[in-house]
Amino acid sequence: MIEKANLEVFADTLLELARKDKDIIVVTSDSRGSGKLTNFGHELPDQIIEVGIAEQNLVGICAGLSAVGKKVFGVSPSSFLTARSLEQIKNDIAYSDHPVTLVGISAGVSYGQLGATHHSIHDIAVLRAINNINIVVPADNFETKEVIKAAINFKHPLFIRFGKKPMIKLHDGDHNFTIGSGIKLKSGKDLAIIATGETVQRAFKACELLKKIDINCTLISMHTIKPFDEEIFLNSISKVKAVITVEEHSVSGGLGEKCASVMMQKNIHLPFKILGFPDEYMVNGSQKDVLDHYNMSAEKILELAKNLIK
Amino acid sequence: MSIKDLELKSIEYRKKILEIIFNGGAGHTAGSLSCIDILNVLYNKILNINPNNFSSYDRNHYIQSKGHSVEALYTVLCDKNFFSKDDLLTLNKFNSHFIGHPTKKIPGIEHNTGALGHGLSVAVGMAIGLKLNNKNFKIFTLLGDGELSEGSIWEALLSANKYNLDNLVVIVDRNKLQITGRTEEVNPIEPLKDKFNSFGLSTREIDGNSVHELNDVLSFTPFEKNKVNVIIANTIKGKGISFMENQVVWHHKVPTEEQYNLALNELEKLKINIEND
Repeated sequence: MIEKANLEVFADTLLELARKDKDIIVVTSDSRGSGKLTNFGHELPDQIIEVGIAEQNLVGICAGLSAVGKKVFGVSPSSFLTARSLEQIKNDIAYSDHPVTLVGISAGVSYGQLGATHHSIHDIAVLRAINNINIVVPADNFETKEVIKAAINFKHPLFIRFGKKPMIKLHDGDHNFTIGSGIKLKSGKDLAIIATGETVQRAFKACELLKKIDINCTLISMHTIKPFDEEIFLNSISKVKAVITVEEHSVSGGLGEKCASVMMQKNIHLPFKILGFPDEYMVNGSQKDVLDHYNMSAEKILELAKNLIK
Repeated sequence: MSIKDLELKSIEYRKKILEIIFNGGAGHTAGSLSCIDILNVLYNKILNINPNNFSSYDRNHYIQSKGHSVEALYTVLCDKNFFSKDDLLTLNKFNSHFIGHPTKKIPGIEHNTGALGHGLSVAVGMAIGLKLNNKNFKIFTLLGDGELSEGSIWEALLSANKYNLDNLVVIVDRNKLQITGRTEEVNPIEPLKDKFNSFGLSTREIDGNSVHELNDVLSFTPFEKNKVNVIIANTIKGKGISFMENQVVWHHKVPTEEQYNLALNELEKLKINIEND
């Protein structure tokens, strides 16, 4: 079933929560339109701070608002938010331990043909190397709504990123969402797929194709990259013949390398493949075309799975 | 505290700054000496921040954006009983929280600084937050003049002006030197007052080593309703020690034992002059 874009769910959830809590403040860098926060601005003008195109200032102001008790969401395209203002994230948010939520919109390659300046395929890697910031990449509307609700009273720095395309419904409603705990969406003994964010949707479709040819998959939505849920990861790979990771991110420093590092250090040796973007001048195209090109379509994941468990 | 008491306090603080830098084997000597009179007046006359009210949002706030002059800040906070003199003597020792830039691990410090160009945006966020909370408290922040080359400072000033932050007091420690040399040679920032005023701010220029002038200017903010307050505090880097004044080399230099004793003697003479005045 097709639902809304995670971006819309984020904006709707935040508005709903902010109506009841005047301490919730959103800070934007000329990004209220891209962040679907235009309605928020009209309805709660005193709860939105606009700094113009100045991401470093945005992050510093978020820290200051938090320092006097506000519940702050800094919203800006993930590419600029996590590269232009990386030092502010490191010092003013993470090192200073301000419980600010930074929301990277239009993450991964969701800007499509706008090209590499606008893509954020580095954000998970750079923030993984910053002490004291949690990273969440929700896979669908349910996870997005839950992480925004959880963010309100979260006690430490949090980074959330997502894209802007409508999502399919992945959860049947009886899953619990907790920051730091992955969610098992499917159980199977042949293969484990560990995915994060919107690529979980593609992995989900791949699992359904694989089931038709009698390959049963375990699928984990690893929505929290940091802190990493080692328990669910090790559990999910304990009986399978191979492991595939999928992420809308560089293969350097993301979910896949984290999984590889855990396996190596636990002496677990299984056929293993990381799907993500290679270190090259990337192909141009829509988000869908770029993901397909780099082997992250359901069909390509199916082929890879067949080869890995042969 | 009278002006004469403040002047004597500045002498005492200067001695303590030199002591902890000499003892700790490192420190930003000259920059701490240039801004200590500003911190003296802030903490003894203006801020009313103490260990009892520190945990509350409802008070005035101070963010030291030029974090490297942390020895001046430690000295004043110690005098305000945030921690003991023994704690302060752990400066730069292994596993001490007293490091070369401010951290919130030290009682009395509000924000972690050190990388330049950060404190002003944080202060702007706090000033906006206090206004949203309908509180009449003020935010004071101290910037270095070399720090003004950071673009983020000017981003923050645009926002401060937009939000009419007359509860924000931006003080520039205008000592005219930075690690490489004179600010006007490294990257000229003059005419500074005109720059600030063109941003819509209300700017005053004073002798930043005069506790009398500092007290006068800091006692009456806002200068203009709905306008950000900026104070260009003209100071002397290394102020108070003849052989350190205006010398680039003292940016991050530790005195030898002989230099340390000479410096203490000079300060003692200044103290006697003030007492006899």
